[in-house]
Amino acid sequence: MTALWTGIVVMIVGCFALKYAGLSVPERVLNHPTTVRAADLIPVALLGALIAVQVFADDGSLTIDARLLGLVVAAVLLSLRVPFLPVVVAAALVAALVRL
Amino acid sequence: MTATDRSVIVDSLGVGLATGAYGVSFGAISTTSGLDVLQTCVLSLLVFTGASQFAFIGIIASGGNPVTGALTAVLLGSRNLFYGLSLAQKLDLNAPQRLGSAHFVIDESTAMAVTRETRRQTRLGFYWTGISIFVLWNLMTYVGAVAGEKIGDPQTYGLDAAVGAAFLGLLWPRLTSWHARLVALFGAAVALGLVPVTAAGLPIILGGGAAVVLGMLWRPKVSS
Repeated sequence: MTALWTGIVVMIVGCFALKYAGLSVPERVLNHPTTVRAADLIPVALLGALIAVQVFADDGSLTIDARLLGLVVAAVLLSLRVPFLPVVVAAALVAALVRL
Repeated sequence: MTATDRSVIVDSLGVGLATGAYGVSFGAISTTSGLDVLQTCVLSLLVFTGASQFAFIGIIASGGNPVTGALTAVLLGSRNLFYGLSLAQKLDLNAPQRLGSAHFVIDESTAMAVTRETRRQTRLGFYWTGISIFVLWNLMTYVGAVAGEKIGDPQTYGLDAAVGAAFLGLLWPRLTSWHARLVALFGAAVALGLVPVTAAGLPIILGGGAAVVLGMLWRPKVSS
């Protein structure tokens, strides 16, 4: 099995286990204020890190290119309450256009 | 069927259509990131939690180890655990029903279910939203995956910029407080600092981890 498939299987098992556990575990076990706070913070923290790496990283170094412009366009559109798909398409279009 | 039932179903289908449609962006970005069509479709069918799927292909695209990518994705999926928790009592399911329903526990199905007044409407919101997203998300993933494979180099069409925009779109609704914004920025800063000195994929999980710790230690005075 290739490494890619190994990763995919880990994700399938891990993500389903989390969903199923949530529906099945008695509420008091997980309802501790600390756990609830951590659960709120994890997606925010990880998505912040993901965006930064996705936009600035280039093979182990940092760089500024058309991806940053795409991100700025996305931020402006999101603040204008434009829906997800048009935002993603606009970011791609702007990045593609400045590269022409 | 009452008028309220109907409005729950209509609202759920609206969210289902809007959310399922962006499966096309996942499919296209996935096959231009180095996954094949089968791997892309398996992710949407069997993982079925959008942010985690995007995280995985984002890390693969940047040359990261697939297992690091998978662990980051699972960590990101941990919020589904807490969604399940708040859904469990309101859905009131027996053991086989829980096994069959767990797959549909995602951001949108939870949001459309937990606010309902009765068990019947909670279930209507949960299943109509979850299943309509599942069907469309998978169809659109396939369409995007096939198109992405024909496109080739993602840079030509700005698809590499689309990933950052997609993550920002997922993050945006959560940036409601200064606390959340600072945690996201701190995660970003630590991750960037680590990019030159660690293997691809690690900056994300380490930066995210550091930001969670900061967020836990620093409690704003007004907490909800």
